[in-house]
Amino acid sequence: MPKREDISSVLVIGSGPIVIGQACEFDYSGTQACRVLRDEGIRVILVNSNPATIMTDPEFADATYVEPITPEFVEKVIAAERPDALLATLGGQTALNAAIALHDNGVLEKYGVELIGASVEAIEKGENREIFKSIVESLPEEWGAEVARSAICHSMEECLAAVEDLGYPVVVRPSFTMGGAGSGLAYDEADLYRIAGSGLALSPTTEVLLEESILGWKEYELEVMRDQADNVVIVCSIENLDPMGVHTGDSITVAPAMTLTDVEYQRLRDIAIGVIREVGVDTGGCNIQFAVNPENGRIVVIEMNPRVSRSSALASKATGFPIAKIAAKVAIGYTLDEIPNDITAETPASFEPTLDYVVVKVPRFAFEKFPAADSTLTTHMKSVGEAMAIGRNFSEALGKALRSLERAGATFDWAGDPGDKDALLAEIERPQDGRLRLVMNAIRAGATPEQIHEHTSIDPWFVDQLFLVHEVAERVRAAETLTPELLRLAKRHGFSDAQIGELRDMREDVVRGVRHALGVRPVYKTVDTCAAEFAARTPYHYSSYDEETEVMPRERPAVLILGSGPNRIGQGIEFDYSCVHAALSLSEAGYETVMVNCNPETVSTDYDTSDRLYFEPLTLEDVLEVVHAEQQAGPVAGVIVQLGGQTPLGLAAGLEAAGVPIVGTPPAAIDLAEERGAFGRVLADAGLPAPKHGTATTFEGAKRVADEIGYPVLVRPSYVLGGRGMEIVYDEEALKNYIRTATEISPERPVLVDRFLDDAVEIDVDALYDGSELFLGGIMEHIEEAGVHSGDSACVLPPITLGQSEIERIRESTEAIAAGVGVRGLINIQFALSSDTLYVLEANPRASRTVPFVSKATATPLAKAAARLMLGESIGELRAAGVLPAEGDGGYLPAAAPVAVKEAVMPFSRFRTYEGRYVDTVLGPEMRSTGEVMGIDAHYGAAFAKSQSGAQNGLPTSGAVFVSVANRDKRHMIFPVKRLADLGFEILATRGTAEVLHRNGVPATVVRKLHEEPRDGEDGGSIVERIHAQEVQLVINTPHGNTRGGSPRIDGYEIRTAAVAEGIGCITTVQGLAAAVQGIEAQRAESIGVRSLQDWGAALTEAR
Amino acid sequence: MSERHPVPALLVLEDGRVFRGESYGAAGTTVAEIVFNTGMTGYQETLTDPSYRGQIVVMTAPHIGNTGANLEDFESRKVWVSGYVVRDPARVPSNWRSTQSLDDLLSSQGVVGISGVDTRALTRHLRERGSMRAVISTETSDVEALIEQANAAPEMTGSNFLADVTTQEPYVVPAQGEKRLTVAALDLGIKGMTPRRMAERGIEVHVLPATSSLDDVLAAEPDGVFVSNGPGDPATADHAVEVIQGVLERKIPFFGICLGNQLFGRALGRGTYKLKYGHRGINQPVQDRTTGRVEVTAHNHGFAVDAPIDSDFDTPFGPARVTHVGLNDDVVEGLALLEQTAFSVQYHPEAAAGPHDAAYLFDRFVDAMQGEAADNATQEGNR
Repeated sequence: MPKREDISSVLVIGSGPIVIGQACEFDYSGTQACRVLRDEGIRVILVNSNPATIMTDPEFADATYVEPITPEFVEKVIAAERPDALLATLGGQTALNAAIALHDNGVLEKYGVELIGASVEAIEKGENREIFKSIVESLPEEWGAEVARSAICHSMEECLAAVEDLGYPVVVRPSFTMGGAGSGLAYDEADLYRIAGSGLALSPTTEVLLEESILGWKEYELEVMRDQADNVVIVCSIENLDPMGVHTGDSITVAPAMTLTDVEYQRLRDIAIGVIREVGVDTGGCNIQFAVNPENGRIVVIEMNPRVSRSSALASKATGFPIAKIAAKVAIGYTLDEIPNDITAETPASFEPTLDYVVVKVPRFAFEKFPAADSTLTTHMKSVGEAMAIGRNFSEALGKALRSLERAGATFDWAGDPGDKDALLAEIERPQDGRLRLVMNAIRAGATPEQIHEHTSIDPWFVDQLFLVHEVAERVRAAETLTPELLRLAKRHGFSDAQIGELRDMREDVVRGVRHALGVRPVYKTVDTCAAEFAARTPYHYSSYDEETEVMPRERPAVLILGSGPNRIGQGIEFDYSCVHAALSLSEAGYETVMVNCNPETVSTDYDTSDRLYFEPLTLEDVLEVVHAEQQAGPVAGVIVQLGGQTPLGLAAGLEAAGVPIVGTPPAAIDLAEERGAFGRVLADAGLPAPKHGTATTFEGAKRVADEIGYPVLVRPSYVLGGRGMEIVYDEEALKNYIRTATEISPERPVLVDRFLDDAVEIDVDALYDGSELFLGGIMEHIEEAGVHSGDSACVLPPITLGQSEIERIRESTEAIAAGVGVRGLINIQFALSSDTLYVLEANPRASRTVPFVSKATATPLAKAAARLMLGESIGELRAAGVLPAEGDGGYLPAAAPVAVKEAVMPFSRFRTYEGRYVDTVLGPEMRSTGEVMGIDAHYGAAFAKSQSGAQNGLPTSGAVFVSVANRDKRHMIFPVKRLADLGFEILATRGTAEVLHRNGVPATVVRKLHEEPRDGEDGGSIVERIHAQEVQLVINTPHGNTRGGSPRIDGYEIRTAAVAEGIGCITTVQGLAAAVQGIEAQRAESIGVRSLQDWGAALTEAR
Repeated sequence: MSERHPVPALLVLEDGRVFRGESYGAAGTTVAEIVFNTGMTGYQETLTDPSYRGQIVVMTAPHIGNTGANLEDFESRKVWVSGYVVRDPARVPSNWRSTQSLDDLLSSQGVVGISGVDTRALTRHLRERGSMRAVISTETSDVEALIEQANAAPEMTGSNFLADVTTQEPYVVPAQGEKRLTVAALDLGIKGMTPRRMAERGIEVHVLPATSSLDDVLAAEPDGVFVSNGPGDPATADHAVEVIQGVLERKIPFFGICLGNQLFGRALGRGTYKLKYGHRGINQPVQDRTTGRVEVTAHNHGFAVDAPIDSDFDTPFGPARVTHVGLNDDVVEGLALLEQTAFSVQYHPEAAAGPHDAAYLFDRFVDAMQGEAADNATQEGNR
């Protein structure tokens, strides 16, 4: 069936800000969908609040709305654009929920918009447990599909009877308790009496659900694709190395499935197809998860997602079958046999990819950012990113995947004492970040395969693979010399030069030298969907120590772009954005673009993005080998290291030392900006002030610096991104603590001590420099107080409180620094304006996190321009070529320019402490946000209101506001709070705050804190109770006192965490409060509209 | 840790390309046509598929043997491949049904194999140059001699292995549940799953040796006749072609799979030809021309029927049509007579290994036989 002719415009909904569990994989899928639909001549309308995405670049849709993904705003877009159809299956749960809401409130019907992909009925069938259960049970009996057996019990007698059938261990879930309170796993009758007994008491309906435990079973996923002619294919099977009990997003996963016979695999396949048909996902991709009992092969169907998912992105990268692209095509009417397989060009998409390699995905966690959080892995996803690696066998892929994580301690090592075997065996029972390394240590300590399996339930085949790796390590260690055969053996099982070096007591570069001298180098194979049955047209490569390479010779000069590796807090999609743009613009400029990256969620690792893709770890060894392979294939113009964040920057020196040409700002200049002394001289030469500072490697040194410049001081390690380990220290005791616990301090990496500028306005600048001319990309003013990491702080562009003269000073300072450092390309500078002095906080001669935000707010493709500058073009030439505006820049924006607010999105609700409470939500100098949204409008208030709607639940327009501020903030909060009272909000306040408000004529109701005794006339419960009762619509709580190592400031902790638990907005700075009041006013005026980026851009171009 | 002492092995192709690896399975020397299989699951079914008689099989999936071998997944009484080429054999099997390791199974059946080979390079070579003869040896390192040995071996074209693979004596696979129909199945190397799929549908299957005459077939008083898959060049199987023609003349419902499809094509007067490197895998898209639906199917064939895919053609038994086409390369994957119930497919609806998408063909066969039986009953009644 060919394309439907009745659809000429489609609204695509993205997934909004990056949050844990919903990351840039949906940018990848959405971008693919937009591309496909536009290629088909369909008008694409896009809504996504996340400015860091590729998909929201104006060139990927006809009308791009960076607006909150709420039913209200999407309705406004629908009213303005009147699309024929809505495609919501590519934007994660966010898009699906928005589509359901628009269906339920009648908007889709009102405007005649057809939901394509999955129907509302199918979405509900997939998500409703009861309906899903009945679907699974209706499948043919011989397939053996079950859901976990369960029983609802109202008494201990019923519980005991149910366990007769379910067996121990059994999961106990009391009905209708807050946050699943009282749940537990009962291993025997005593446990059952204890857990179910108290569960029955806790449950308001005296009811508990008992469910058979499938912990420790093998876990699988199948990615399924269906078209409207009911053709169904399985794109990929994925096996979780971590058995049931760990969220698949937090598990190490392997594709294809490794430990299934064909009989078992085909049963899963039959069930998956049966389920997708019964659920009625008409077209598109879906994902279905299974648990398989290793004792007898029993199959329990866990769940299905009637949409493209994180696993779909992984499966697409793992197989070369572009799920989102195909899903978009089948959504508009094509059948799978009508769609060509891009990779072979000659065979159709109606087949099942077959792999002649192994793919391993490993999650990356950020527990170091949340020290109070319980790091045990559960069914609640906690990882913030992932790395994928491809090898010709499991051990090679695993080794590559672990080193792709770029974390000290992620890879196996065989140095030192592994520890006590029994202690290790006990430790590996707890699923946790790095468990596999502990397993390896247990093996080193003498554990048997049976013991490992018994304590982890990891399948014996995988356990044996770990023993194999261990045996290879022992051979490498024991060998007299490194022979080619031995090196090849180690390499084929995933050992890095560094690991071999450690085993042989040799330096990594010496191992590499020996290896090269012996002619042991990797070859590059191709991901081709068909195990070489047909020739591949797309150069999507991975390395392996095998016989034959498939890299083709080429004529045009190549530019290698190093990506940013696994997403982490502080380094995510924003850097991928810059890498992708470099690829697009250098391809236009006539270069052959070669992408190197290992993050399966990204657009950069789409085989369509660059001319060549190497799915490889971003370590010096792996990158040098890719460079070598490409140098063999043809001329290499250079390597770009400045766009992918800290990951490629960290490789710059090593690459340069190996003679690899680095284009753009040279590594020495990058170092110059990082190195305090040298950078100080640049500032001094330019006559620019920096806050008083010093460096130290010991407490005594740090104390001397702090004493001289005065507390509070900002302390941090050098060479980090995302404010890792950065703290504001108020006294000597805290400084001592900081130095004692900081691990990364050395003479090469001293701790930096800066005077902390309280009450300063912080300013971020992104600019381009070509050696003689500056292009000011944009100036952002932080909305949060100084000391909040720029990645976590809301900011506004253009700066709303800065005058012309201040902007001019910023421009001059930026140019002086860019020239002094020697920038060719992008530079990001942070300033602080305090008492009319413009301090330089830091300068980073590389792409920053804000590049995509600035590019969208000013309709200027900064990353594209940067890439061209790096290869030698000038700003003048780029203006002439139309890459940059002919005149003006982001420093002076005309009145027609929009105001754009960037707001950070925090992951606090994901993390619980060991006691089961939420972690604290106070912002600080260490970045903890996972994502961001943009609110864009003609005025600040509306833009801020949009940013809040996009980031969380939005600002209230009426109701009660709770106010509790630190003493230093009391003076500043009077006016905004009075304004809220005037707008009709009920003001609730703690005693101290209320007294100040009363004295200023603002009526406020006193609410007691959690631990205060009720006084006369106070009977409405504590503030925490009121928040939980949803009696408060906004919380304003500015904390005081020290933070230490991420531990909470006790004051207000319960209040803020209660707000997180209830999803209520919580403002923690006075500046944020002022912005919120403006936003609330704009919302109450009910005049907030929507406007596409293309419209804003056209208005801006006209006004320039 | 059990220290393994790998025994070196050589794989030499007739065109002189050499791959070095380690011995896997039995030691020794084997020479045969070399082909690749792209299935990621189902090595046990593949190894025991009689259609692989006379072939060295290269597995493109790197890890082989992970689930060991069990007692249920044999498709016939033994391992048939002449040699086995893998990259990373499992050291320990892991599956609740496993009773022995694959290595042990291969060794005990004397199957010579080689591991540690760049199977992808080998596959690309075979894809570009076509299937060819090859030798695996653990006994000599004399490459020249092995090249000579490969070139001296008989080619697949013209080969006939039916006497090796067929059953010596007829046997009956009883219907599961109530018996509804009887089928005579000519065993040219039948896979165990095929009679099982029929038995599940109430068919009593009389499996007959390849040399059975038309009278032997008719003696079973079948409601339908089935001709199985099998090894070798279809051009050499003249006897079975004659039997099929006899069946068609008597208008007995006919169903053929794989070699059965090729021989049905020959019975209709079409020729067969050798594909460059064949179809061997479980991910092959086939379109049913009558419904437009695409099935993902299991394939194992090096030969194909030469018939027009875009128009019907005449046969001594009336008009016929290509009903199924392989979408990767437009190869004929199914045939049917239009005026009587006789059809066949080149691929494997019985799967094992492979997807079950095409299992409906067994239902179609049952429906055809039941329809025919009903018609006959009506005619009897009218008479």
